Amino acid sequence: MIYLQLFYVYLKIGFFGFGGGYAMLSLIQHEVVVRNGWITNQQFTDIIAISQMTPGPIALNSATYIGYTVTGNVWGSLLATLAVSMPSLTLMVLLTKFYMKLNGNRYVSGAMFGMQPMVIGLILAAALLLFTPDTFVDYWSWIIFAVCFLASLKKVNPILLIVLSGVAGMILYY
Amino acid sequence: MFFTLFWSFLKIGVFTFGGGYAMIPLIERELIDRKGWIARDRFLEMLTLAQSAPGPIALNTAVFVGYSKDKMRGAVAAALGVIVPSFVILLLIAIFFTDFKDNHVVEAMFKGMRPAVVSLIAAPVIGLARGMNLYRIGLGIVAAAAVWRLHVSPVLLIIAGAVGGILWVVYRNRKKTQKP
Repeated sequence: MIYLQLFYVYLKIGFFGFGGGYAMLSLIQHEVVVRNGWITNQQFTDIIAISQMTPGPIALNSATYIGYTVTGNVWGSLLATLAVSMPSLTLMVLLTKFYMKLNGNRYVSGAMFGMQPMVIGLILAAALLLFTPDTFVDYWSWIIFAVCFLASLKKVNPILLIVLSGVAGMILYY
Repeated sequence: MFFTLFWSFLKIGVFTFGGGYAMIPLIERELIDRKGWIARDRFLEMLTLAQSAPGPIALNTAVFVGYSKDKMRGAVAAALGVIVPSFVILLLIAIFFTDFKDNHVVEAMFKGMRPAVVSLIAAPVIGLARGMNLYRIGLGIVAAAAVWRLHVSPVLLIIAGAVGGILWVVYRNRKKTQKP
């Protein structure tokens, strides 16, 4: 039952997606590429590129896109999008309600403290998992990577970098 | 109220390119300066909360503001404001992208963009690791290797991190109480 599976996977992604967009990537990738094989690594990279150029959080974007790709209809898309949003909606409401009590609780801050290195590790893993031959096709790929890496350390706008590298791709490969 | 909240977050949602942090200046202008819905000092609190809860930061922020204004109805209205533009745009892309993804020009474009995507994900790691000690950076590298090479589930690592952090607090407290 693909719909049930899709719902479960995106609910899980929403529930364990600590650390925001990039940290959620390896979670999404693990579920949809490695474990379920719904899309290829290359398709996954393309979704991230599209996501960068379109408004909205990457987790929502990927849910809508993958939901459609996997089921071939709008309902799959809607289901995955709702599933990934639900934990956020319920947990944030609870947190807002109990914020005053939780704020400064040492066990809560301990858990946060322990999760921090994991979140950074997950972002790193998301990048490492994309170092594949179909992403890095020749030495130009490495040049684009190096230039964009340095530029984004210098806080150049990511959308600009994606657009420019798209133009570079058109010139180099077409 | 339902519609006002929805509309405000729709406006913010449409212009939030590249993730939750890009949303911050938009929220400041729309919700603090124009509408006066949240106080400036509450805003920082809100960001911390949105970051510590799971899920997209943009969505979490919307739920927080919506709930503070109008309880559950407000939370749903604001959340929908963030979800709807993202949903509509990505659905259209999903439906039509399949038709021209094999187009040579589009394929060439994506060939150029893929390594750029990898660099955009990798670069923030440097900034995030800067504030941490070597021991915690090492832990992060081990976690990355586990996911990358051994395909360990990220869910497991998140749980391990939370449990480890709590145990560490317990251990430290015990040590403190032992000392006179």
